[in-house]
Amino acid sequence: MSRLPADQHHAVRLMLNGKPCSGDAEPRMLLTDFLRHEIGATGTHVGCEHGVCGACTVEIDGKLARACLTLAVQVDGCAVRTVEGLAPAPDRLGLLQAAFKRNHALQCGFCTAGILMSLDHFLREVPKPSEQEVRDLLTGHLCRCTGYTPILRAAMEAAAELAGEPAKEKSDA
Amino acid sequence: MKPAAFDYVRAEHLDEVLDGLTREGGDARIIAGGQSLMPMLNMRLARPKTLIDIMRLPELARIERKGGSVTVGAGVRQATLLAWPELGKTLPLVAQALPWTGHVQTRSRGTVCGSIAHADPSAELPLVLSALGGEVHLRSTKKRRRVPAGEFFAGMMVTARADDELIEAISLPANQRACAFREVARRHGDFAIVACAAVATDKGVRLAIGGVADMPVTREFPRLESGALDDVLNTFAYELDARDDVHASARYRRDLVRLLGAELIREVLS
Repeated sequence: MSRLPADQHHAVRLMLNGKPCSGDAEPRMLLTDFLRHEIGATGTHVGCEHGVCGACTVEIDGKLARACLTLAVQVDGCAVRTVEGLAPAPDRLGLLQAAFKRNHALQCGFCTAGILMSLDHFLREVPKPSEQEVRDLLTGHLCRCTGYTPILRAAMEAAAELAGEPAKEKSDA
Repeated sequence: MKPAAFDYVRAEHLDEVLDGLTREGGDARIIAGGQSLMPMLNMRLARPKTLIDIMRLPELARIERKGGSVTVGAGVRQATLLAWPELGKTLPLVAQALPWTGHVQTRSRGTVCGSIAHADPSAELPLVLSALGGEVHLRSTKKRRRVPAGEFFAGMMVTARADDELIEAISLPANQRACAFREVARRHGDFAIVACAAVATDKGVRLAIGGVADMPVTREFPRLESGALDDVLNTFAYELDARDDVHASARYRRDLVRLLGAELIREVLS
């Protein structure tokens, strides 16, 4: 058994987007704050802080999770993927990100990191989704700008592209 | 919107969990998937001194079919139960209702027993446990006991669990006869405005309603002609003491109880 006292900082080691990474956290520190303030990975956004809005969605050991409903100390020894892991290089967009850009699937961008993480995970599990399946996935996210339709379009386009159909505008990618 | 300070205990043996609960009682809370407890901590509606994490205990993460029932351990995530190959055949009501529990992004972490422990009156899993007449397996250092769903839920987010008890598992009767589930919510995955489950019994049908009263309410109905059925459903709808809130009016909730109730009873008895 390990007991981590409330008033102390504890080492948290994890694999973040494939690279070893560590920081210190009090037991009460949320994974969102750990990623943003301790590690400096500010791609994961913080919205409602009670699991409803989906902005902070990340992958923990290959499963989707709300970072705001996870304690940093709970992911000690886990593999975490965040939106920073999606782009192949700092100046290049991933396929899904490019589809978002083409389709104007974001305006303010607050919700986007979480939605990208959900869709990235989902499209690996369900390579040829129906529109209804994507809509169902998106119920786990709130977007107040787009009305969701461009997000849906981007997701379907990315799915088609992943299935081998050419992208609509290659130059944007 | 950050939790108050607490000690965090990562349990490696069940004894550590039970000893911790005996020693600290109501000052300690069990954390499993965290999808109900973490919002309570973030909003400081709960301020435990100690959190005991049970997710590294493999003995709690089992789904077991024994005789006529299925036992789901405290560490079983909702997504794991949903992906259990025997679910559709063994627990068809759970197979229907579980996709309505939260979203993909929360079912991947949230546990079945965690939702039972939280006892939100709008949640699907407490409703299903009640509709099926399942049991909650409680364990402390002193004793083990099984509490039927009807006695476990005691009010809004209040249960029969004592402070020193761990919900070790729930059990649900397998292969139930005809059953059906329906829910009305603002968006798929949101808490129910009204959720309704029906299970065929020897004499007729057992109907369970969530989202209206302070806890899931079940009622047995004999086979009735449709006029008579409408009357008893109307009485039932009023007895649930629906309230107006930001999501829906009491009147709308009663309407849904009458409508969904009649639909499900017909479906189950046809």
